[in-house]
Amino acid sequence: MRVTQTLGAQSSIPAAREITTKPRRSDQVFRFIVTAGGMSSLVILGLIAFFLSLKGFSVLREEQWSFLTESRWEVLQDGEGKIESSTFGIGAMLVGTFIGAFIAIIVGVPIAVLSALYLTFYARGPVKKFLISVIDLMAAFPSLLFGFWAFIVFMASAEYWAKLINKYLGFIPLFDVPAPFFERSPFIAGLVLAVMIIPIVTAISREVFDQTPLDRIQAAYALGASKLAMIRAVVIPYGRGGIVGGAMLGLGRAMGETVAVYTVLNVVYQINWQILFGAGGNVASLILLKFGEAGPDEVDALMAAGLVLFLLTLTVNALSDVLINRFGKKGR
Amino acid sequence: MTQSAIPTPQTPWAVSPQQRIATGSLIALGAILAGIVVKTTGLSGKLGFAVSFFFFAALLIFIQQLRLRDLAAAKDSLLNSFALLGITLTLIPIASIVSTVVIRGYGGISFGIFTEDMTQASVNDPVDSGGLLHALLGTLIIVGVALIISFPIGLLTALYLTEIRGTLTRPIKFLVQAMSGVPSIVAGLFILSILIIPVTQEQTGLMASLALCILMIPTIARTAEEMLLLIPNELREAGVALGATQWRAVAGVVVPAARSGLVTAIILGVARVIGETAPLLLVSGGADALNLNPTSGAMGSLPFYIWKAFLTGGTQEAYARAWGGMLVLLVLIVSLFVLARYFSGRRVN
Repeated sequence: MRVTQTLGAQSSIPAAREITTKPRRSDQVFRFIVTAGGMSSLVILGLIAFFLSLKGFSVLREEQWSFLTESRWEVLQDGEGKIESSTFGIGAMLVGTFIGAFIAIIVGVPIAVLSALYLTFYARGPVKKFLISVIDLMAAFPSLLFGFWAFIVFMASAEYWAKLINKYLGFIPLFDVPAPFFERSPFIAGLVLAVMIIPIVTAISREVFDQTPLDRIQAAYALGASKLAMIRAVVIPYGRGGIVGGAMLGLGRAMGETVAVYTVLNVVYQINWQILFGAGGNVASLILLKFGEAGPDEVDALMAAGLVLFLLTLTVNALSDVLINRFGKKGR
Repeated sequence: MTQSAIPTPQTPWAVSPQQRIATGSLIALGAILAGIVVKTTGLSGKLGFAVSFFFFAALLIFIQQLRLRDLAAAKDSLLNSFALLGITLTLIPIASIVSTVVIRGYGGISFGIFTEDMTQASVNDPVDSGGLLHALLGTLIIVGVALIISFPIGLLTALYLTEIRGTLTRPIKFLVQAMSGVPSIVAGLFILSILIIPVTQEQTGLMASLALCILMIPTIARTAEEMLLLIPNELREAGVALGATQWRAVAGVVVPAARSGLVTAIILGVARVIGETAPLLLVSGGADALNLNPTSGAMGSLPFYIWKAFLTGGTQEAYARAWGGMLVLLVLIVSLFVLARYFSGRRVN
């Protein structure tokens, strides 16, 4: 800083500003705060995994792998209400979770993809806009609403289908029932989950279809392709990864669903492969069911169940993310 | 009439009235055939009719296209039919849900339910006694506190993803995505395991807010990120070129420009959690009395109110109460959604 005689008659040249790539102090603070905020998701997910394992550890150590394979959830008490022995296993609930989620995927994804095709390639103008908003709105409906609607309105129709399937396909063990009790079955719970994931999968598929390059679509039309041929040659190869990723996202949502399944499903502690029969399970609804009367030991077991559910949905979500990003942008 | 020099534009591929009539009559024929099937076979009721109607209509149109044109066109018409079927199957539940809630909830709505709580009434009392004031205010407080905590975190995450773009952008994007898939009951269990059991030993509204934050942050972060990405890069460059530091450019240019987008993010975040039930069942306590203090004592909320009336009641009055609460909740969600559309529709100026 040599320039000090600026008050003199001759104006002088100010000193050259130091040129540097180093950010200013204010920017350093800003960057630090924003980066810290950006880490929040990492911190929260880490805390969830850590604290659920901390609470669930004792139960997991005691039960080891049988926590995942056993299907008993018993706390035996002696005369004074002290706990004598307890067995915790979520095998049946885990199987039930998978059954419900897979039914949801098998029923929901084709419908969602077809309606996404309709929205992208058939609907036009204000109708298209309206339908898109309605489906987005449906994706924001709370699961409570789906659950009670299913219980009051949807159950009757779903039961009709269950009886029909049982009548004509009953020779397949999957569709057989030990007793004619079709209400509150895993099948119906799966259909409700399908209704819940359809708007989500539709929204994602529609976004993927929208990204199909227009020049390829028009090239296909110019070569004389019909809409079906164009979709098969251009849209589906381009959007396959996105569809699978969207389906996985729906799978994760269906696995973690609590309230709707709890309302519709008859939670019974046995592994039930006969999907039309009114007995099933779901890890999330188990937690809700057992939480009310749970003692401290049992709460720890519920934490362990929550940890399993958390890791399961995290894995499914990770897979869906990889699929959407890696295979989302390919095509002929 | 002599032939004019300039021929009028022709559209020979356009659907002629005769074709329209032919297609219409085929669909009508499909309906008749479906009626016959329902009368004569095991299929019955409206559902059976709908299925066989779709089957016959699609088949008849397929055959018509096959006769008039060729196999490719016929297959194309089949895809058309199936796409229509898909969108119909998607829309039927939403129409059914909305109409059910409106029809059944209408009876449970009166002015009184907005001025009273449930301290003097049980769920099985007539709908006139008691109300959902405590639940409505409880939901507003719980969601409001959750919003105050989540919005800064969500915005910072979005700013990291759009403005800083450090080496961790990709992993953080993934983590936000993973966080949005956390089941709501796990969020409740987490708050239970980290705060309620070891520290406070009390179920309060604040705990419910914290549980909802876990579900709200990813929604806000992702929407805010999308909205910030819409801000043209020229605005950022102009800010920096005028000598602003990055902090000044973001705080003075980017964020104000994205204001309406950020409002959308807030609204969508609120809509995501306002009907969330499972975590509230675990951590909020669910009081019947009005409680305006989130830091102590159990707090009621709309989802808890509906849940309680539905599961513990069993009488017509309890159901009417539950559906009335559901209608209030649905109206809240729909108006939030319309607001979000309005704000996200406004252009950057």
